[in-house]
Amino acid sequence: MMQFTCPHCGPRAQAEFVYERTVDSVVPLDASPEDAMATLFTRNNPRGVDDEIWRHTYGCRAWMVVTRHRVTNEIIAIRAVGPEALS
Amino acid sequence: MINFSFDGKNYTAEEGDTLAAALLRNGIGLVGRSFKYHRPRGIMTAGIEEPNALVTIGTGGRTEPNTRATDVFVYEGLVAKSQNRWPNLSFDVGSILGLAAPILSAGFYYKTFFGSAKRWMLYEYFIRKAAGLGNAPTVADPDRFSQRAAFCDVLVVGAGPAGMQAAVDAAEAGKRVILVEQDSILAPSLVRDPQEQDAAWISATAGRIRAANGLILTRTTASGYWEHDLVTLTQRISEPGQIPAHGVAQRLWHVRAGHVILATGSIERPMAFAHNDRPGVMLSQAVRTYVSRFGVIPGKRVVIATNNDDAYKTALALADSGTQVVAILDARPAPAGEDSGFRVYNNAVPLSTKGARHCLTNVSALVDGKPISFDADLLAVSGGFTPVVHLHMQAGGTLDWNDAAQAFIPATSRQNVTTIGGGADPQPIFKMVPVSPPKKSFIDFQNDVTLADVDLAWAEGYRSVEHLKRYTTLGMATDQGKLSNMAALGRLAEKQGVAIPEAGLTTFRPPYTPVTMGLLAGAGAKDAGAHVRQLALYQLHAEKNPIWQPLGYWFRPRAYPTDGETLAQAALREAKAVRTTVGMTDVSTLAKFEVSGPDAAAFLEIICATTVSKLAVGRGRYTFMLREDGLVFDDGTVWRLEENRYLLTSSTGGADRMATHISYVRQYLCPHLRISAVNVQEHHAGIAIAGPKAKAVLAALIGEEPPRHMSTVPAVIGGVPVIILAASYSGERAFEIYVEANKAATVWVACESQTTAQGGTLYGLEAMEFLRIEKGHLVVGGEVDGRMTPHDLALDKMLNKAGDFIGASGLSRPALAEPGRRQLVGLEAITGDIPEGAMLVTGEGTSPQGHVSAAAFRVLAGGSIALGQLTDGFARHGEELIASSPTRGQQARVRVVAPHFYDAAGERYRD
Repeated sequence: MMQFTCPHCGPRAQAEFVYERTVDSVVPLDASPEDAMATLFTRNNPRGVDDEIWRHTYGCRAWMVVTRHRVTNEIIAIRAVGPEALS
Repeated sequence: MINFSFDGKNYTAEEGDTLAAALLRNGIGLVGRSFKYHRPRGIMTAGIEEPNALVTIGTGGRTEPNTRATDVFVYEGLVAKSQNRWPNLSFDVGSILGLAAPILSAGFYYKTFFGSAKRWMLYEYFIRKAAGLGNAPTVADPDRFSQRAAFCDVLVVGAGPAGMQAAVDAAEAGKRVILVEQDSILAPSLVRDPQEQDAAWISATAGRIRAANGLILTRTTASGYWEHDLVTLTQRISEPGQIPAHGVAQRLWHVRAGHVILATGSIERPMAFAHNDRPGVMLSQAVRTYVSRFGVIPGKRVVIATNNDDAYKTALALADSGTQVVAILDARPAPAGEDSGFRVYNNAVPLSTKGARHCLTNVSALVDGKPISFDADLLAVSGGFTPVVHLHMQAGGTLDWNDAAQAFIPATSRQNVTTIGGGADPQPIFKMVPVSPPKKSFIDFQNDVTLADVDLAWAEGYRSVEHLKRYTTLGMATDQGKLSNMAALGRLAEKQGVAIPEAGLTTFRPPYTPVTMGLLAGAGAKDAGAHVRQLALYQLHAEKNPIWQPLGYWFRPRAYPTDGETLAQAALREAKAVRTTVGMTDVSTLAKFEVSGPDAAAFLEIICATTVSKLAVGRGRYTFMLREDGLVFDDGTVWRLEENRYLLTSSTGGADRMATHISYVRQYLCPHLRISAVNVQEHHAGIAIAGPKAKAVLAALIGEEPPRHMSTVPAVIGGVPVIILAASYSGERAFEIYVEANKAATVWVACESQTTAQGGTLYGLEAMEFLRIEKGHLVVGGEVDGRMTPHDLALDKMLNKAGDFIGASGLSRPALAEPGRRQLVGLEAITGDIPEGAMLVTGEGTSPQGHVSAAAFRVLAGGSIALGQLTDGFARHGEELIASSPTRGQQARVRVVAPHFYDAAGERYRD
């Protein structure tokens, strides 16, 4: 079980988090139908670093982007998202 | 003196004995029968790596099969039984299988299975009876298993001299330390081989660790190394089969460590020679453990076979105990070091053993190429040392090859783990090549795999070590190849003509030693999963003793039967009350979200596929939501409570995913919007009042003219502030009353009193289902099943033409507008009652063209009706079909109609 450092709560066990999707499979609200479907159904699955959206569901419920190496599980970065993270 | 029994006979043991030590103390050498050939087997080791001495411990629900006799400490009343023998251990009918060894060689299962399925069926019965380990208990385990999370700066695995030193150093440097030892005592290797660090050092060091707030856990195995330095520990609080003193039998620890120090040492290797599995052949260090730690001498005339220095310590320990060391067979060509005083043969390797009545009697050897034999009743072997690298490898580590020790040692790791002690620096050995005939030269004792099996696998083309493992079953079962892997690798490398490191390794998977399933399930095993939540109005319902129905996380009343009514009778009576007078029901579980702020309408028009911003204050509407791919996701109502404050409702069952969806859209896609979206599902309880007299009930409750259909007003009932929503699911004039959950009882009682005064009654989910089916209203999970577009559900006229909602892009895919899609239809029975879930066919033997999603009866007029999905259904009204349910053995002739069986014009909503 991995450990993520929630930007709001600090280090917490993976069991408190729920995976949503990778950042590159986010469908922007203004996507064209072709782009939306390409984003939804033809996804990357890199053997290496990827940006993933996770939610601290069983904690503060905030969303975050976890930059993770998918082979070694090294966590390269975690950044907060949402209104509070807007500068 | 401790009393225990083995195979029904009573024996005594000394305090601190393992079962293996106690059996040897009582002169019992034959402990089990081997897995495949039923060969007699004895105790080979003194540790968790024991392949042979597997016994069943305990009785009833506390039965633990396949327990290593070397890994259970004897307690008063322990009951142990040998396994895989019939009728008894010394006379085992199954041992005749040994004669059939040629047909049970490597790949036997695969060959017969591939050869003919029929033959497999024949053999399987026989094999399952004959081959195997212990039997699982058939009654529930009465014990409790607990789980605990812990954190430390340094976790030290293995309390040998290196581990204890590392632990005390870290603890005294101010680190939070946990030290774990799988044995019942600390530093068992120092008890076996007294060195400078003696018993006083052990207790002093343990005292210093504890004084520095270190935690020491014995009988605790680090069973798995997971991501980010999480190590699971399995702690035995009671022994297998023992009644726990304080209820908890075992504890599973999840330890997140800053740094993990592995001081896990090495495991001694056996040697491969003919009949090396006979009781009386034991690992050298194990012999020393029994002699020095337990005071048990497992033989009277001992031959020692070695390829290293360590075995000489065994000779010394035996000599000290007054036991005769007949000979030391040293594989090394010339004497190493000074004269030990023993009868040492160099360039000497064991060839075979002989025995009588399951006891060793003779050892033959090859000395300088010449055979020689010795009368002996114990053969102590030391084939070198295999560092315990399991946790290091589970942590994602790499290995280096140490040629002097002929062993893999830990190299790099991607986690914070270091290996110290003997495991990092194993003793040098002399490389031996087996000389005995391979047929009875066992390398995996637990799985009855011989060198000949490895050779056969090679001859049949199995080149990879992973294939070899699966083909021969080598390295499987409780010992997971702890003794056998290196021997097999050596043989494979020899066949390949490469060095051992090039032959490859199998994967080291957790757990390191077997873990009982109850421990993994933990205390939550009995009610694992989602917890049942209680309605705010639960007590008021319970007093009426309704039939309950699970819905989402809750139980809701399905019907309130009176006077011995059946469910169907009660539901029909309740539904009729709604159609003719008035009924009330608890709708508290509906998903509810309050969305407020200047951009609230804009946000809701992203979530909802209908318009929202056109609502006037105090008005509401039906709405639905799409997934990103354009299919309908959920539906509900949206209400404009104030200028910038909305209430959105959606289905009970979809509440969690809707909450996640709203949160994702708000937090990730729309962080710039000035809104707040709050889940108020359980903040408000909800009461629905429906029927021709609902308006009168409401007027009496709130003392004013109730709002017209699809309008909302705040009001006060019984002194409690409420929100009234005039919405109808039943098809009648109806209201939903939302009230703060902890004040809901007052409002419910007031509503019930007025409803009863109007001649109405309570109704449950079953009546609600009758009413909504007749009206043609949708259910998420029924008609809305994740495969339907708004058009398929005839909702497309309500779509927001501006089209900026989630799913608009997906919905514009051309394929979703093509003919041949399933569409929502109504069905009325011509003959028979329509079975729910039935498939819709045009005739006998034709392919289904749709299905029945919900079936009911017309509440007042009677007659079987249903909602369903039918290919191109909109254009097929009037067509006759068969609704067939083979699983229920029911079918009905049906006519396709519009999905509105009651008040299609919606006149009953209006005043």
